[in-house]
Amino acid sequence: MFDLAGYGPQILAGTLTTIELSVFSLVVSFLLGLAGATAKLSKNRALRGVATVYTTIIRGVPDLVLMLLIFYSLQIWLNDFTDWLNSLQSRYDMELPLDPLTSGIITLGFIYGAYFTETFRGAFQSVPKGQLEAARAFGMKPALVFRRVLFPQMMRYALPGLGNNWQVILKATALVSIIGLSDVVKAAQSAGEATFRGFYFICIAGAVYLALTMISNGVLMLLERKYAIGVRRATL
Amino acid sequence: MIQIIQQYGVAYLAWDGYRISGLAMTLWLLVLSCAIGFCLALPLAIARNAKNPLIWFPVWLFTFIFRGTPLYVQLLLIYSGIYGLAFVHHSAPLNAFFRQAIDCTVLSFALNTGAYTTEIFAGAMKETSFGEVDAARAFGMSRVTLYRRIVIPSALRRALPVYSNEVILMLHATTLAFTATVPDILKVANDAYSATYDPFDSFSLAAIIYLCVSFALIFGFRRAERHFLAFLQP
Repeated sequence: MFDLAGYGPQILAGTLTTIELSVFSLVVSFLLGLAGATAKLSKNRALRGVATVYTTIIRGVPDLVLMLLIFYSLQIWLNDFTDWLNSLQSRYDMELPLDPLTSGIITLGFIYGAYFTETFRGAFQSVPKGQLEAARAFGMKPALVFRRVLFPQMMRYALPGLGNNWQVILKATALVSIIGLSDVVKAAQSAGEATFRGFYFICIAGAVYLALTMISNGVLMLLERKYAIGVRRATL
Repeated sequence: MIQIIQQYGVAYLAWDGYRISGLAMTLWLLVLSCAIGFCLALPLAIARNAKNPLIWFPVWLFTFIFRGTPLYVQLLLIYSGIYGLAFVHHSAPLNAFFRQAIDCTVLSFALNTGAYTTEIFAGAMKETSFGEVDAARAFGMSRVTLYRRIVIPSALRRALPVYSNEVILMLHATTLAFTATVPDILKVANDAYSATYDPFDSFSLAAIIYLCVSFALIFGFRRAERHFLAFLQP
């Protein structure tokens, strides 16, 4: 269909890397967001303080700055750490090299965890108090309350915000090519440089992102329908 | 840290006489792209709510494409893609425009923020309460007057909280300018990093500056909201 000048496999591999990176970052930031929201709503003042500092600083600093900061520093810290470990036990010579994909996942997950924290905090607060009291009255343990009552209802309120965050993560993965990950942008760039048709290949990268956006819109619509089961809508 | 501040403090923040500082460049990029984006968004938002599909569809397509692709891809397309096209090379004014990194950067930022702002304003205009428009029609206002006196002022006010978010996201997006060799704060931080091999200190200095600018913007928008949205205060 398209003339990819033999760069089709690279672009396909780059697309898969992009998807992999965004899905893993989503998982990391989802879990961090749940933990952060729990910390922000907890009674412990220290936990609340840590979570507030985390969300404020991360959301106030551009993601590219954080990405460069974490990407370059993380490897240095890891090296220091393994050096220290090796000095304790000189039998091993341990190394923990970080590839761009792993550090991309850690960085993006850490950054967007802050945004997810805010989304989940709002959603947790939207669940009616009576639901939780009723669950407790049934003798459910906190973990069971979370799994059976709080989480399924919270998801309905959180989904629009989650969808938004997902789209932002998907687009933020393009930044990871700056720190050397061979994603779809990188593949398109190198194909464009080799064939002197930069415009064409970057357009293809853009089209890949557009397609991913459209697919995720569809999936979100299905999810929203699933979590809205049993909700009565006012008819105007 | 101290050494970096001594060596690069001027380049990060102040004006050393002949080269613009990183902070000034970042703010200049932000102001310019938000101003152009705003001017672009206002007519497009009106067109976005038009009944004629020949008018709203192109606007929808524009916002869909620019909101559906990463800004980095758009910047690459405009900065390195367009300059490689043959007709740009053969036309003198286009060639002169696209050769400057800062022109390409501002163009892509303005188009991107314009697309998001269009959707924000169009949403706010759509939410204009029915009675206000009815009353304006009953007063015999023409369409131009209706938009100038009723719809636009009220929509801009109600869009202010969302728009302030967009401006802060735009501040964060200006960091991409450094990939196009524009000397903004991040470029200075990157220079400091390559000279000292101290990533944490160089980039966290940049992070602190960005944090301060973000807080200043948030503070300013809070004040503006208290002023323009006084009628919504509890």
